[in-house]
Order: sequence, then C-alpha cells, then structure tokens
Amino acid sequence: MKRVDYDLVIIGGGPAGLTAGLYAARAEINTILIEKVVPGGQVNITDFVDNYPGFPDGISGPDLVKKMTDQVERFGLEIENNEVISVDLSQPIKNLTLNDRSISTHTVIIATGASPKKLGVPGEEIFSGKGVSYCATCDGPFFKDRVIAAVGGGDTAVEESLFLTRFAKKVYLIHRRDQLRAAAIMQHRAMKNDKIEMIWNSEVTSINGLTHVENITVQHVKTSDIQQLHVDGCFIWVGIDPVTQYLANAVEFDKAGFVRVDLNMETSVPGVFAAGDVRNTSIRQIATAVGDAAVAAYSAEQYIENILK
Amino acid sequence: MSKDILEIDDNSFDSEVLQSEKPVLVDFWAPWCGPCRAIAPLVEELAAEYGDKIKFAKCNVDDNPITPGKLGIKSIPTLIFFRDGNVVDKVIGMVPKSKLEGVITQV
Repeated sequence: MKRVDYDLVIIGGGPAGLTAGLYAARAEINTILIEKVVPGGQVNITDFVDNYPGFPDGISGPDLVKKMTDQVERFGLEIENNEVISVDLSQPIKNLTLNDRSISTHTVIIATGASPKKLGVPGEEIFSGKGVSYCATCDGPFFKDRVIAAVGGGDTAVEESLFLTRFAKKVYLIHRRDQLRAAAIMQHRAMKNDKIEMIWNSEVTSINGLTHVENITVQHVKTSDIQQLHVDGCFIWVGIDPVTQYLANAVEFDKAGFVRVDLNMETSVPGVFAAGDVRNTSIRQIATAVGDAAVAAYSAEQYIENILK
Repeated sequence: MSKDILEIDDNSFDSEVLQSEKPVLVDFWAPWCGPCRAIAPLVEELAAEYGDKIKFAKCNVDDNPITPGKLGIKSIPTLIFFRDGNVVDKVIGMVPKSKLEGVITQV
C-alpha cells in the first residue's frame, strides 16, 4: 500500500474538531488537526455557555475551550497552526494543500464551522471595527453608556443584546419580522429588559458616519417608511455562513451551502466526513457539534480499519 | 507573559511606540476579551520569531483608555503596526498567524 502521511486529517479546531481529535487520539489513529487561527472557534467569542451539560453554573466560552484543548492534549493529539488552502478528494488517498506543503491522508473530517453572515449594506465593511461588530464579548465594553443597534431575531441576537445591556444605556433590537425566533426564555428576558427597545418589521439599509458609526438607516418592511437612528455601534447577528471555500466542489452541499452528510456523518465522498456547524443540520450548538464529531470519528475509524484489512 | 513583549501604558505610548526607532506592533487587549486571550499565544510566537526586527508591545485598554480612544479603537483584539510614529497597518479580530506574518513581513 502507498505510504500516506496520516490516516485522518481533521480540518478545524472548534468543538467538533477537538472532539473528533479526542476520539481519534484515544483510538490511536494517526491523526493531525489543522487549525488556522486558534482552537475553539466561535466558542472563543461566546461570553457564556449555559446549555452545554456538565457545567451546572454555566461556563465562559474561553474557559470551555481551555478544558477541551487540555483534554485532547492529554491524549497527545497533534494540532498544527496552518490553513488548508485546497483539497483533492478524487482519489482514495486524499491530498490537502496547506500554506507551506501538501499532506496525504486516508480520511478527512471537515469541521471548519461557520462565520457570522454579513448584512451586505453600505457602511458595514468600512465601519467594521469602528462601531460595526459581530462580537458582543469583544466589543461590548467599548459602548459603556452608549446607544447600540443590534440586528437579528434569533438566539444569538437576543442573547448578545442582553449581554450588551450590561454596558449600553440603550439597545435597539431590529428584526425584520414581527416576532423573535429566539428561545422563549431569552425572549422573556429581552421583553423584561428596560434597556432593550424592539424595532419590529424593519431592516437596516445603511450604516452611516464620518470616521465611525454615527447613525443607521432603518426601513419598515411593510410601510417602507424610513427612519434614522442615532447609534454609536451596530452589532449584527443575522445568521452564519459555512466556511467551505477551500473545498470548492469536492463534496456535495445543500442549497444553503452546508456540507451534506448521511447518518454516519459521511459526505458524498467515501472517507470524507463532516461534523458541527459546517454540515446540514437543524440546530447548531456545541452539544450537537460534539455529538456529530464522535460519530464522524467512529465512522472514520471504521473506514480506516476496512481499507487496512 | 513573554519577555519578548513589552507592556505599554498611556504614559509610555509616546516614547515606546511613536518615537521608537524600530517598527512597533501593539496588541490592544483586555482581560475580559476571549479572542484576545486566544490570539495571545500567536502574538508571542511572532514576537519570538520577529522580535529582533520589530518591537512587540501590548496595551491593556481597560487600564489605559486614552491611547485606544485616540486611535479610535472600538473592537479588540486590534493589532496596530507603527513606523516612525505613523500607523502603517491594522488588523482587527482573530486572524490566522499567516495573515499576521504577511503584514509583518511587509512592514
């Protein structure tokens, strides 16, 4: 058999990648995990995790990341700070091109997650880091006693808006529908919070200012009425996009661009698996990412055992 | 903390950064900022590799509000590259080490 560098390459070091790495390392599979920034992924920018079991008082995102990385380190998982630029999955032995070299492997677990979706309105790009933000825990404290707009209606938008009320004197929560999608408990908290003012049925059409965000233009989706809101910051939580550019068309995707997998977390390509936020799924949580990854790692292990028979 | 990274404050910013002979990379961070803690090891690695050519510094924005205020920083982590007292490049948020290296080699 042709020599390969690894039996398994895990792409991405968020909860899915780290869990796949934990299972693979414990199964003594020759594995490397490639992470382009730092392990933990989106959990690094999550203030507080209250729905991951085992932490009765909740846990901060960075603290949870630390525990997960400590655990994989105990089993000696090889983690490399590098980036997968492109992949060739057309042969049984897969080739991945990194920043500085190529590596070959029998199996791949895609765990690159997702990143916040942009609104795509004028001003969003130029004021990024100058009042436009996607991360309340990073930037919230800069808006002490200021007025903030938050855009979105899902769990993230509502949770993070509540977090922002610790600093801001007012938070406009702007949602294009007439009700929130967030979990009931979060909705109740938002409605009870004096600092949050709901702007229903409305979309932000531009973010304006000179050197930083000074106001936003908001349009009512039914009446088309336009109003300007004076705000010092605009936080955007309108969903996520999967991180899949490096895959090109190597695997099948669903309509929204997420990697399609079967119940074994196997993609359209044998020996290539996906786990966590990057795959087609109805809910994207740390708990689901971790569950996916355990299945994916087990499936990869079965696949490797079969080809080595 | 790494010995390769100089801790600066509002008082020393002028002398250590603006008047520095070498180009300076300043990492603006705060203890409450998860992503700042997350990228700190990357900055330390870069300081170990490029510390002879570039001065690496970090500034706690909680303890030193004046400097980030002047620079218009509203998001951290923000890494700013200074040369001869001028801002030559700026990187906001968690970014790959390769991107930081790309900026450093151009500075």
